[in-house]
Amino acid sequence: MPVFWIVCAVLAIGVIGYGLCRSKAMKSAGGNARNLHSLPSYYGANAFLFSVVAPLALLFAWLIFVPILIDRSIGATIPEDRIAEGSSLGLMMADVSRVSNGLNLAVSEGAMTEEESRSIRTEFTDVRERLASVGVALGSNVDATILQAAQKHRAASDRSRLFMSIAVIALSLAGLALAMSRTKADFRARNTVEAAVKVMLIAAASVAILTTLGIVLSLLFNTIEFFRIWPATDFFFNTTWSPSFGDTGSELGLAPLLWGTFYISIVALAVAVPVGLFAAIYLAEYASPKVRAFAKPLLEILAGIPTIVYGLFALLTVGPLLVSFFGDGGTFGVEWMRGGTAVMTAGLVMGVMLIPFVSSLSDDIINAVPQAMRDGSLGIGATKSETIRQVVLPAALPGIVGAILLAASRAIGETMIVVMGAGAAAKLSLNPFEAMTTVTAKIVSQLTGDSDFASPQALVAFALGMSLFVITLALNVLALYIVRRYREQYD
Amino acid sequence: MDDLRSVERIVSDDEKTKISAKNVQVYYGDTHAIRDVDVEIADKTVTAFIGPSGCGKSTFLRCLNRMNDTIDICRVEGDIRIDGEDIYDKRVDPVQLRAKVGMVFQKPNPFPKSIYDNVAYGPRIHGLAHSKAELDEIVEKSLRRGAIWNEVKDRLDAPGTGLSGGQQQRLCIARAVATEPEVLLMDEPCSALDPIATAQVEELIDELRQSYSVVIVTHSMQQAARVSQRTAFFHLGNLVEFGETGQIFTNPTDERTESYISGRIG
Amino acid sequence: MTDISSNTPGQGARVASSLLTEDKRTKKRNAAEKRFKAYGIAAIAVGLFFLAALLFAIISNGTRAFTQTFVTLDIELLEEKLDKNGNRDIEEIKKVSTFGYSPLLDAAVTKMVTDSGVETPITKAKDLKQLLSSGAAGDLRAFVVANPDRIGDTVEFRIAASSRVDGYLKGRVTRESLARDKNLSPEHLDIVDALKEQGVVKKSFNWDFILGADASDSRPEQAGMGVAMLGSFFMMLVVLALSLPIGVATSIYLEEFAPQNWFTDLIEVNISNLAAVPSIVFGILGLAVFIQFAHLPQSAPLVGGLVLTLMTLPTIIISTRASLKSVPPSIRDAALGVGASKMQAVFHHVLPLAMPGILTGTIIGLAQALGETAPLLLIGMVGFIASNYPEGVMDGFVSPNSAMPAQIYEWAKRADPAFYERAWGGIIILLVFLITMNIIAIFLRRRFERRW
Repeated sequence: MPVFWIVCAVLAIGVIGYGLCRSKAMKSAGGNARNLHSLPSYYGANAFLFSVVAPLALLFAWLIFVPILIDRSIGATIPEDRIAEGSSLGLMMADVSRVSNGLNLAVSEGAMTEEESRSIRTEFTDVRERLASVGVALGSNVDATILQAAQKHRAASDRSRLFMSIAVIALSLAGLALAMSRTKADFRARNTVEAAVKVMLIAAASVAILTTLGIVLSLLFNTIEFFRIWPATDFFFNTTWSPSFGDTGSELGLAPLLWGTFYISIVALAVAVPVGLFAAIYLAEYASPKVRAFAKPLLEILAGIPTIVYGLFALLTVGPLLVSFFGDGGTFGVEWMRGGTAVMTAGLVMGVMLIPFVSSLSDDIINAVPQAMRDGSLGIGATKSETIRQVVLPAALPGIVGAILLAASRAIGETMIVVMGAGAAAKLSLNPFEAMTTVTAKIVSQLTGDSDFASPQALVAFALGMSLFVITLALNVLALYIVRRYREQYD
Repeated sequence: MDDLRSVERIVSDDEKTKISAKNVQVYYGDTHAIRDVDVEIADKTVTAFIGPSGCGKSTFLRCLNRMNDTIDICRVEGDIRIDGEDIYDKRVDPVQLRAKVGMVFQKPNPFPKSIYDNVAYGPRIHGLAHSKAELDEIVEKSLRRGAIWNEVKDRLDAPGTGLSGGQQQRLCIARAVATEPEVLLMDEPCSALDPIATAQVEELIDELRQSYSVVIVTHSMQQAARVSQRTAFFHLGNLVEFGETGQIFTNPTDERTESYISGRIG
Repeated sequence: MTDISSNTPGQGARVASSLLTEDKRTKKRNAAEKRFKAYGIAAIAVGLFFLAALLFAIISNGTRAFTQTFVTLDIELLEEKLDKNGNRDIEEIKKVSTFGYSPLLDAAVTKMVTDSGVETPITKAKDLKQLLSSGAAGDLRAFVVANPDRIGDTVEFRIAASSRVDGYLKGRVTRESLARDKNLSPEHLDIVDALKEQGVVKKSFNWDFILGADASDSRPEQAGMGVAMLGSFFMMLVVLALSLPIGVATSIYLEEFAPQNWFTDLIEVNISNLAAVPSIVFGILGLAVFIQFAHLPQSAPLVGGLVLTLMTLPTIIISTRASLKSVPPSIRDAALGVGASKMQAVFHHVLPLAMPGILTGTIIGLAQALGETAPLLLIGMVGFIASNYPEGVMDGFVSPNSAMPAQIYEWAKRADPAFYERAWGGIIILLVFLITMNIIAIFLRRRFERRW
């Protein structure tokens, strides 16, 4: 039974349960809802929850975990010596599931009978061609081992499907029966339903924890996998980055990528911090309400523009413009830039992106400095700028530092602008007009493309992701701590 | 009003007028907050402004050093002169004015800096000291005038925010004094302090009178009676009565003043 | 407390001076004040300048993508080429590949050039055909398969000109730039000039760009955003369906029910940190968990939607909590006072009152998700994949597709500058969506915002 229909069946049982229990409750109260502990609909909802929640959870868990178990057990039946040279069990299993899916498709399209799909043998049939006719493209001819495994796989999956359908629907009916048996006038249906709703709320709130857990685990496992086949010292201390998709000759050093990342972030902050900070000071301290109402939203538009737009702006507008100034035969007659993609290009554009980020955070923080502080300074004859520089800014400093750290974390984690504006060459250079690359850009380039996920060239992306995650997390935690301390000071 | 003036003249024979305000009106947006206030504040005396909350006494005080300029919607009309110079003249720089007319606020508001830097802030921005030694001298002198020197002389580098409320307020007074003002405005300087700290500050105010013209806003009549020589009673934005403190408290001419003093309004 | 007795004011540094004249120092300080203020104005001006530059670049480069040069051609749909047996069997007509249509195009182009009376050194039909999009034969075939009864007729077609011809009419391509081009020569442009005079070659609004599918590297003139737009649409459905209920449930729990304990703190810390995790890390999460672990289909809008949901949740949670917080406690007290349970008070009274704020936050979160690119690259929603329309709703969720920003990135990566124009144009479409969403959010806020 397809999953869709199982879900429908469970929901249907739930709805029937709702009706049954609602009317049973009404009957047990002699038709007068006042004799019930809760409103009749709560008895119905109780039955619905009993017959829907647990079965759907089971269904979900089954769909995720049982295929993994099946893969395991089928994999265990493939003898070691049948694994082809240069291949691995993982690759074989990928083929197995592809063939198995292909057979499913062939049966459902009518290109093959159910009987045939179970009995075909590579010796007699060109399985590849048969599957190609229904649109399943296989990379190579199907060998006997794989076909047999695939057929076993299919059989096991079918069995599992059947068990799953039975188990889920049985559980749903059991839930319904339980709810029915408990439905009486004095049953505290509302409390049960509310407890269940509360559990759902907690479950929803846990998604945040699960997400973090998912991020940490997926980074951690793959990073460990990477360090198993690649020396960690080489990753951290090698100063060259030149992956090659052969087996030899790859150098995967983190240093040039980190340098590129930091260099671009520094350029970005050098643009965003002064501009953003002065803009915030002006908006908070000088601007008339009219100017503020006009300039603040306009600046914040910059924050709402997707990074892909900035990336394109860097690649197609700012890069060529900078080359026309600093490039060969450019306005300034210096030949600093060879191509449009450079640290300067990406940094400048990223800086523009961060201006509203710095300015609105700083604006909030400057506004949080108590007016009494300004009065104290103005009252003894300081000018506004003296008050700002010597009283307001020092008082706001921790908060502003926090804001800058958050901006730095943004800059380090930014992807599209550097992918499009910074270039692809990993270099340890001081020239800001040279193309460099960053951790994020390399994560993209190592994980897009057709490389095998088990190769160090792909796995290194997870180690890069881990480094990125740790750095930005540290910056964020520090920044949030500083900002919170600052807020408490003036609350 | 005429007879008030005559009373005033009797007591102020030997004192010259420092600030004279005539026909002052203050508006907050559309609200007419202060109406037709005429006051003459003498040099080297303590003048108290009393009245119920919201009567405009603080607003009027803030007109005297143009602190109201920092509020966008506030508009001041009329004539306020210090030593005969109109402080709302276009040529007057409020910054210069405020150096001459210092201010102490309701809530102690030390800067988040060291005690030394708090006091040195004014002299530094106004360029009163030419050397570190001179600045040290000014700081010490101001802290002594603020009657807090003995308590803080050993920890000038400690943050000003770490002092107790009363100490903070005296520090703020020292900070205001450090710019060598001629007039000192105090906006309910004791309302956030405990009785002991209040007594210390009041004692200090009495001593400051010898050097400055002090104007203090208070909602405590007892305080006004204790520290001031002159008292002005404000009510609903009007100056109701102005005269010698003793006379205001013992023999008010206006019945509103009497009502307030005897506790029937306020 | 007798320290002051010996001092008199004014003694020392300050010299009594008139208020009416600025002293030297005050002048200097006022100048510094003016400078400082000028820095602030300059900073704002710099910010606004960049905004203007960005918008200018987008509009000046992008609007051209919305027009396309078309060539009007009379093509004779020869029966002997398309339907040899003459029985109009659709299966047989389908067997004729696009190569079979080339001769028809060749003939039509040659005739068109001859009719125009232009003298040209180019004689070969194959070279003349460079004026047209290389997808012309495909379009022709699609037409014939859809209308087999027209075989034998001479039909007037409006065929997209090649990207170089299009570029020439838009000023992107010049005779000089064609000197090194192997597809089109300056002589071609002479023909184009003549045909333009006669109205055979014309620029007009290009619906295919907005509604069409992506096209391969050699046919920039036929590339469109339509399929990627559907991809984004299906992703947004997933994001909306998941992030709104989960986000609201989380916020209700944290604002109304959560006790002060380590678990609540853990959730809070996680949410605030997730809000600042780089988007690319969510892409890694999606790749490892949804594709490698859970075996969901690669490049599917479903997976993209899941990843973007996790990314958008913190935004929605933060804004939902703010709007729940803004409902005054008196409302809850009133409900509890008449005997409602806590749950009833929240769901019947607090939540409806907070709804406008929640919706505003959700729309803004969706807008953010709509513009996000980096995580989509990692789950494979990039490349030449937005080439076919999904075949139904389910297919829309699971079959490989791209999304608007990923499509823009894809075009920006390609070598032909004609694709850059499309990329800018794509940005205009993307921004139109974002602006619309933000306007709706602002409208909701203005219309329903309640001040307590």
